[in-house]
Amino acid sequence: MGVMKRVTMVFRAKANKALDRMEDPRETLDYSYQTQLELLQKVRRGVADVATSRKRLELQVNQLQQQTNKLDRQARDSLAAGREDLAREALTRKAGIQTQLDDLQTQYESLQVEEEKLSQASQRLQAKVDAFRTRKETIKATYTAAEAQTRINEAFTGISEEMGDVGLAIQRAEDKTAQMRARAGALDELMASGALEDMVSGPHDDIQAELDRMGAGQGVDRELEQMKRELAQSEPRQIEMGDVSQASQRADDKTAEMRARAAALDNGAQPGSSDGASAEAASAATVDDPAGEPE
Amino acid sequence: MIVRILGEGQFEVADSAVAELNNLDAALEAAVDRNDEDAFRPALAALLAKIEAVGTPAKPDDLRPSELIIPQPDATMADVRRLLTDEGLIPG
Repeated sequence: MGVMKRVTMVFRAKANKALDRMEDPRETLDYSYQTQLELLQKVRRGVADVATSRKRLELQVNQLQQQTNKLDRQARDSLAAGREDLAREALTRKAGIQTQLDDLQTQYESLQVEEEKLSQASQRLQAKVDAFRTRKETIKATYTAAEAQTRINEAFTGISEEMGDVGLAIQRAEDKTAQMRARAGALDELMASGALEDMVSGPHDDIQAELDRMGAGQGVDRELEQMKRELAQSEPRQIEMGDVSQASQRADDKTAEMRARAAALDNGAQPGSSDGASAEAASAATVDDPAGEPE
Repeated sequence: MIVRILGEGQFEVADSAVAELNNLDAALEAAVDRNDEDAFRPALAALLAKIEAVGTPAKPDDLRPSELIIPQPDATMADVRRLLTDEGLIPG
């Protein structure tokens, strides 16, 4: 006899034992229906419990994901700053977190499967419980105790098999969520105690501290460079301004010289005939005048 | 004929497929009896795959009991052994 038959016989034996306890099958149908409703409640609670565990796991996965992202960024920043040693340290820590993360993700997926299975089992049980209720009312209304017995047997065996299966599914789900809760609790404690936080990030993050220190150092260097550049630029500007004032001084000197010459020419030209050159010189002096000598 | 895969629900399987299922089941049982974990897993997988291939899911409100019940896909050999004892896994 194969495994299938033997398992089936065990299920049947359970159902038969329960049936044997019934004195008037019609009365016990109501009792059986009550236990079915209770199991239905239990399997629904089971679905909710698995969902809670799954969500908690989801939160932890997200937290760890953020931490690996941060370490990745730090590694890039370190490498950009020419600190391969620091980048290596960040990547090593990231690898440690990644192992945890992969593990959690696998568990998360298996919990999702469990949740889906239990939810389907709950729907199947609901359908059978509804069918059983209808059957029960028919049997109670239509048959005598003796006639009812055989009709009840099949329905009862069918639903007790389903209940046995759902009961097993609930046990499996409970075991899995209990394991998951223990794990999630340990990880939460690790995070709360700061042990993981210290290792990865947070206020005591030595990689970030080093990067910040380097960042601040670079800031000072940049400012120094900036100041040097500003100083270097302001010197030639002074020279330029010196040139301009010298040039304007020269222009002033020339204007004065021109004016003196023009006056001399004016004086000299008056007794004699008209002199084109002196007139030209005079007009040139007048043109030069407003530019050369501001009043 | 109705066959149940634990945790997966019931399947309607044509009677003509029973001989084939019994052969696969015999291999599974031999693996359990020999305590042969390496043979157990593929034997269980083959049996389950066969049922899913030849069977169609039964209506969920069908109250008929199953003629054959197969352990769930992730069952271990220890799970199967406990299923086979009266005080085993099955609650109530």
